[in-house]
Amino acid sequence: MNETRTLGQIAKFLRSKNAGPFNLTLDIFFYNTEDYEKAKSSGVINKELISRLYHIDIDDINIIEFDPAAAIKISFPRRIPSGSVKDSDIYGAQQHAPLFDIKIPW
Amino acid sequence: MKEIKILCPTAALGFGCPAASFEAGLKRKPDVIGVDAGSTDPGPFYLGKGQTILGWGAQKKDLEIYLEAQQKHNIPLIIGSAGGPGSQEVLDETIRIVKEIASDKKYSFKLARIGSDFDKDYLKDCFAKNKIKLFETADELTVEEIDRAEHIVAQMGVEPIIEALKMEADVVIAGRAYDPAVFAALPILKGFDPGLAIHMGQILECGAMAAEPAAGADCLLATMSENSFTVEPLNQERKATIKSVAAHTFYENTNPVQLLFPGGMIDLSETTFEQVNERVVQIAKTRFVQSDQYTLKLEGSKKTGYRTIFIAGVKDPIFIQSVDDIIEQVKNDIALQLPYKQGDDYQIVFHLYGKNAVMGASEPNTDFTPHELGIVGEAIAKTQDIANSVCSFLHKVLLHYPYEGRKQIAGNLAFLYSPSFYNLGEVYEFNIYHLLEVDDPLAQFPITIEELKNDQF
Repeated sequence: MNETRTLGQIAKFLRSKNAGPFNLTLDIFFYNTEDYEKAKSSGVINKELISRLYHIDIDDINIIEFDPAAAIKISFPRRIPSGSVKDSDIYGAQQHAPLFDIKIPW
Repeated sequence: MKEIKILCPTAALGFGCPAASFEAGLKRKPDVIGVDAGSTDPGPFYLGKGQTILGWGAQKKDLEIYLEAQQKHNIPLIIGSAGGPGSQEVLDETIRIVKEIASDKKYSFKLARIGSDFDKDYLKDCFAKNKIKLFETADELTVEEIDRAEHIVAQMGVEPIIEALKMEADVVIAGRAYDPAVFAALPILKGFDPGLAIHMGQILECGAMAAEPAAGADCLLATMSENSFTVEPLNQERKATIKSVAAHTFYENTNPVQLLFPGGMIDLSETTFEQVNERVVQIAKTRFVQSDQYTLKLEGSKKTGYRTIFIAGVKDPIFIQSVDDIIEQVKNDIALQLPYKQGDDYQIVFHLYGKNAVMGASEPNTDFTPHELGIVGEAIAKTQDIANSVCSFLHKVLLHYPYEGRKQIAGNLAFLYSPSFYNLGEVYEFNIYHLLEVDDPLAQFPITIEELKNDQF
């Protein structure tokens, strides 16, 4: 009953990327619809969690579940625009790592 | 209405593709070859400086292959966001290379150039008339920011490319363009559904990235009919699957269900994805929604200074333990000694690789002591000379800084190279990323046609 799996274990792909120079988008892809539905219905991947993980204001976070791709998309504004002074990830390609440890009841 | 076939050889001009995939694509008798050459992804430097992203050599090699196909099969070749940022210098360099190839190979064709640079006075006028709206930044535009931008372009929609095709251009080299526009223009001109055409372009624009296994440097073919389109990779080792294609709809956007573009959006809430066979996916029911007001996305980049950096490693456990304090102390110390004003003349930024360099303030794992650190220290100043002086002084002071509890006394930093600091030149930032309301989707994208005649002997 109390079994959990991490997203690192159950996701097929975890990626982050710029969506334009001012937004970051995190994509979680699952191996199959069953896993996707299970993760989706768990309700674990929500704005509160992302806000906590990324220290981002909850109102700035947008989460979209896209059934055809069996994937969940999380987007929020970048703290620093791509390439501006103090930015350290021009493509926004390495901001996905905190997703690995998210625990989903399984 | 019958069918139209659109071939995308590669995700970006210069990436190349396997010759066998491209040949397989040509055997399918495509009606048009489209290639996207640009992006804002590599950051504001390229638009600011007016410099290409991929090397010209790689882009020329690709252009030779696509121009040969254009000549042999007599189909249009459309390049969008030429040169990377799509601004005047890189657009014209792309045109120059195309002409050079044509001259060398004795090709004759009608060449269209579509500019996408914006005149500052025109934009100031639009600004005064309240035609420029906030988009994805929280910063309202100002006249000063328009003045400070080195280059300002806007992504063109399909209309200017359609116009060039109506003028019977064989080769269209477009400045900054909405990525899918190079693929969607001909189908829309031929009367195919614009919603499906844009969605098709959105899937094709990164080549075989929408296939499994994904690859940017490989071809993807789309076949449009009246109510649907199919996509398939041309490399037999890849396949298009519902998930791979749907997943690409996800790429680099914040909302895959409503994709905005100049003049409207596509609505994917009813879209169907169907596996036709093992390697082919069919897409239908994507809906085109025209916007009441046609808008263009402006992109501008301004120079914010000059950068000089040093790179060094640290292994000393006492230094690592108090690195944050040491850095602050050094910044304060050198501010007292340098003949420049911190803030006005220069600023110092540190990146502590091994600690929190990649995620910065978003780093969730803060309770962690690394066993070694990679330090990138940078000085950003209003002149290159000041940046050099500050960085030089900074890395010398840090090298010998007598931090509290220090046990080694030879030097705090393991420099990676001699020389130990590097002039990186101009620093830019995106300062315009706003929407411009226009009445005419064509007026700001001048099209010039040139008939190239190189007689075959």
